[in-house]
Amino acid sequence: MLYREAGDFKTSYAKDNQTFPIKFDRVGYYVALIVAFLVIPFVINDYWANAILLPFLIYAIAALGLNILVGYCGQVSLGTGGFMAVGAYASYKLMTAFPDVSIFFHVILSGGVTAIVCVLFGLPSLRIKGFYLAVATLAAQFFLVWLFNRVPWFYNYSASGQINAPERTVFGIEVTGPNAEAWATYLFSLVFLVASALIARNLTRGMAGRKWMAIRDMDIAAEIIGVSPLKAKISAFAVSGFFVGISGALFFAVYLGAAEAGDSFGITKSFLVLFMIIIGGLGSIFGSFAGAAFLVLLPVVLKVVGVDWLGWPTDIVAHLQLVIVGGLIIMFLILEPHGLAQLWRVTKQKLRLWPFPH
Amino acid sequence: MPEQLVFAMEVFLNGLMAGVLYALVALGFVLIYKASGIFNFAQGVMALFAAMTLVGIQNGQIPFAPLINATLGTNAHFFGWNLPSAISLPLTVGVMILLAWAVQRFVFRHLVGQEPIILFMATIGLAYFLEGVADLMWGSEIKKLDFCLTAETCLPQGINLAIDEATYNWFGYGFFIDNLDITAAIVAVLLVGALVAFSQYTKHGRAMRAVADDHQAALSVGISLDFIWVLVWSVAGFVALVAGIMWGAKSGVQFSLSLIALKALPVLMLGGFTSIPGAIVGGLIIGVGEKLFEFAIGPMVGGATENWFAYVLALLFLVFRPQGLFGEKIIERV
Repeated sequence: MLYREAGDFKTSYAKDNQTFPIKFDRVGYYVALIVAFLVIPFVINDYWANAILLPFLIYAIAALGLNILVGYCGQVSLGTGGFMAVGAYASYKLMTAFPDVSIFFHVILSGGVTAIVCVLFGLPSLRIKGFYLAVATLAAQFFLVWLFNRVPWFYNYSASGQINAPERTVFGIEVTGPNAEAWATYLFSLVFLVASALIARNLTRGMAGRKWMAIRDMDIAAEIIGVSPLKAKISAFAVSGFFVGISGALFFAVYLGAAEAGDSFGITKSFLVLFMIIIGGLGSIFGSFAGAAFLVLLPVVLKVVGVDWLGWPTDIVAHLQLVIVGGLIIMFLILEPHGLAQLWRVTKQKLRLWPFPH
Repeated sequence: MPEQLVFAMEVFLNGLMAGVLYALVALGFVLIYKASGIFNFAQGVMALFAAMTLVGIQNGQIPFAPLINATLGTNAHFFGWNLPSAISLPLTVGVMILLAWAVQRFVFRHLVGQEPIILFMATIGLAYFLEGVADLMWGSEIKKLDFCLTAETCLPQGINLAIDEATYNWFGYGFFIDNLDITAAIVAVLLVGALVAFSQYTKHGRAMRAVADDHQAALSVGISLDFIWVLVWSVAGFVALVAGIMWGAKSGVQFSLSLIALKALPVLMLGGFTSIPGAIVGGLIIGVGEKLFEFAIGPMVGGATENWFAYVLALLFLVFRPQGLFGEKIIERV
């Protein structure tokens, strides 16, 4: 009753092909957009922006990117942290080299740079697969972080070895630097997230996405029916790198403000984003959002419950967090390998019938 | 003899020693992979967990003390005794066997028949879980590991004077080789010998090989898969314990131990996932390679190349030989 697909008739091809063909989904999508763009910016404060909303938006972009590679194309990557670092350092170099160009273009260009690097490290995927590839992407992770730490050109020879985001504006409003307002940084990241999600959603339900999924499900069979593994895998790496690069650039420029490759983009970051898509749901756009939201909220909730209510020391809570995250990963893989997205699908199925039994 | 060459020789020898330690961790991976097809990412954390448990038992720490204190408001940290390693070692082995049983019973029994990549991700989750449990149980501070079988015979530390003297007489320059590394090499050789003997000449060892060969055929001749998998995880836990003791005595028991174990991954890719000799040869190649590279090229590019050299070497190698040096040829069918 509540979730209805019946009676939703399409009278043109355009309507049949729209991003959300079911009316209920479409209305939900518009409501979410209106709340995100028109309500939240007016009620946001610094704590909410920095603790929850900004990390969520930025990690969601990274999760989208990784989900395209792992969930849709089946190429496991443990180098997300390294690729985010590429985005961050590319945006830093661009911002300092071309101060007059809008930061908007810098972020997009950093995505492009990351896509190229990602393709470079994705080339071995044509020869190796499975966890051989996963380990090979570790090479990207460690090499890139080392590169950004050791080659002074990347951090403009600064004494601390850190990169600091200069103050940049969009339409006269600061979005980076210490004086940027919470709502401005929020909206700036939100625009990128919405654009990325739209692109990802439409790519994955189009020809490119179907090719990726064919490669994921069985690459040899896909090759026999005429999907070129070269093009499919490389394009997945490129698109994934593009999104991950954008998220890395935003993570550094908008969220952190100052970054150091080893601290901010270490291997734990790679695992964090991978966990997001496992918990959220492999091969699902909604899952990327759900997983990012879940793993951003979990530490905050644990801190509130453990430290503020129960009065435990922070290090115990931090260790407990590891246990819970690890346990959740195993639980999800055993009980619901398709993650939160599948739970949502099951819920929809139930809502379709409710309150009737059949 | 030119000075640089002598230095390079010393670096080479130290690389060999480091390689043995990598091989020690890689061995645990190979065992589990051969028997169950699970690529156990948690092997490194298992080494950390084992070493922490050993130290914790030796120092008489109360497990989960901080957690208990925080919930019950007590203030207890130690039982107040110090156990010799001869007692704490079997106790730790017992804990590792218990862990092996739990992992098999609660995780992998439910994942039988899943794709390898799902199993791989489950072991990443397991790694996080174990790390958290280890920290909660024993605390996350860096611990010193003193491993003494009796009061006098401890793990030796420091420079080996015999080698130092001998090389000084030959080349006019004494090599610095750590006693601990030499012990580790000897232990590794013994361990491999014991493993080979176990898998060749005992009933359970033969069953283990049968399972590694073909699960269903093994099942049909009456081998219990459950038991064999617990056995394999226990053996891997024991190997992790040995590796944990060696690494822990070298650089203290701390979180970075599990990161060092990540180095075992390129070792495996070089040697092939299914080959015990491969793990050893791969370990030696990586150990020597990264030390020599750091020695020769490192100063030119800013140093610390050890962080990535192994991975990049393995990556390049894989492009030309995807199954590794000794791995079985990968045949794919639709």
